[in-house]
Amino acid sequence: MSNVSYIQRPNRVLLIYALIYLAYLYIPVLFLPLFSFNDSLYVAFPLKGFTTRWYVEMLDNEPMQAALLNSLKVGVVASIVATLLGIFGAKAVSRYRIFAQKAVVSTIMLPLVIPGIILGVALLILLSRLGIGLSLVTVTLGHILICVPFSMATLMARFEGLEASFEEAAADLGDNAWWVFWRVTFPVVFPGILASLLLCFTISFDEFIMAFFLAGSDPTLPIFIYSQLRFPQKLPGVLALGACILMVSFVVVFVSQWLQGRGGLAAIDKDHRP
Amino acid sequence: MRSESLRGYALLSPTLVVMLFSMCAPFALMVLMSFWAQHGFKFDTSFTLANYREALSSPIYKALLFRSLKISGACALATVLISYPMAYYVAFHVHRRKLLWIILMTLPFWTSYLLRVFAWKIVLGYNGVINSGLKVVGLINHPLEFLLYSPTAVVITLAHAWAAFAVLPLYVSLEKIDRSLLEAAADLGDGPALRFLRVTLPLSLPGVMAAMLLIFIPTVGDYVTPALVGGPNGIMIANMIQAEFGKVNNWPMGAALAIAMMVIVALISLVYVWVLRKATEQIG
Repeated sequence: MSNVSYIQRPNRVLLIYALIYLAYLYIPVLFLPLFSFNDSLYVAFPLKGFTTRWYVEMLDNEPMQAALLNSLKVGVVASIVATLLGIFGAKAVSRYRIFAQKAVVSTIMLPLVIPGIILGVALLILLSRLGIGLSLVTVTLGHILICVPFSMATLMARFEGLEASFEEAAADLGDNAWWVFWRVTFPVVFPGILASLLLCFTISFDEFIMAFFLAGSDPTLPIFIYSQLRFPQKLPGVLALGACILMVSFVVVFVSQWLQGRGGLAAIDKDHRP
Repeated sequence: MRSESLRGYALLSPTLVVMLFSMCAPFALMVLMSFWAQHGFKFDTSFTLANYREALSSPIYKALLFRSLKISGACALATVLISYPMAYYVAFHVHRRKLLWIILMTLPFWTSYLLRVFAWKIVLGYNGVINSGLKVVGLINHPLEFLLYSPTAVVITLAHAWAAFAVLPLYVSLEKIDRSLLEAAADLGDGPALRFLRVTLPLSLPGVMAAMLLIFIPTVGDYVTPALVGGPNGIMIANMIQAEFGKVNNWPMGAALAIAMMVIVALISLVYVWVLRKATEQIG
């Protein structure tokens, strides 16, 4: 490594650029928590004074709490189902060499690049033709569709690090397939599974576009927030709620990325070690 | 080999069946519906091309589609340009705590899209953070009106929202570059600028290509950002599609618009990939 150091020596200009870039990513979002403590209906400088009343008001906002409960329900079910499907998919493509693997994986990854409105509208048409009423179940269905690619991508990195020989050894020692999975595969990929669950939950919890088309009379939290944006006097409440959601998402996603990244990044490092 | 493939497919089947069914069936039905007509709350299911004729001839639809392509193109270009140095820095100059940097770069992407767009609304607003901040420090007397409710606001907000889609592919393509090639170029007398232009940049082009497409394709269909920060001059084709399924209540027209949008985006993407591939072959 030392003989390439003249190419890789610290670059102050780029470091400053990187810090500005991070500021650009984070500062706009941080205005939500900042103004959520501001004692004014309007989001404007100068700050008027410190208050926690927008947070206190959330405690007896029943429609909001109902929406929160809906989002939690949808998020838990969607993340579990999507992760189960992701486990099957990731295991299949990393363990077996299968026909047209690339095409199959790309097909499953398609929802990543198809605009959300197309998926939402297409599902809405199908459901209405089948005569299925819109509800939290249909939202969950839509969320599973968009979560599976993320789950599969997360888990594939994990399964590829798993030596097939471990599983073969366990099988040779007389374990049946489920037992092999439970005793050998599962402990190795467990951080990946946890990462996938957390990631899928956050995606579902924050998802707006599909929910907009597929939710019936029970709103999810993002739908509720969107409906509040029309009323200027509700703005501080949205700020407080948004600040809470951002806080939780940041923590959950950080943990999930960390869990997943330690496996994935170790693999990258190994490849590049001279 | 054959049985291995079969066993793989057996294991894959639940995932594949669910994904295929929940994509193919709705798409097929959407295509079918785009050839229908709406009569009040009923559909006339006899085959007609009228929706597509209208989608491609009506000045409103054409203008909205054209504007969406322009905004998304500008957004893809801007996002890749501002993200390239960042990805470059992490790939070449960060040696410790790389994972932390990668997580920091992508973390906002995983948080609520709606809230990030909303954040820009309060930043760019008429009495928003920028305008009121500038007024407090005395730089302006009247709020800058061009900030919110304009195509520029849409581009800024989208570029922020999709930054992770640029940073990650760029980072991966830069990280993969064999460092010994750079050494070789240095040994042969290339300075930093030439090394970048002749080695790093060409080798990172696949990442640039991927990043442009990954941003361009989904942003054409965005309707939350234009609805919240676009104003009348910033609304895009997806707002129209959403309206056809909402208050306008003409589902077949909405389906036709959605399909027309997808086909046009797919064609542009194919041409773009083809041209870039030809261009790289010429250089190589």
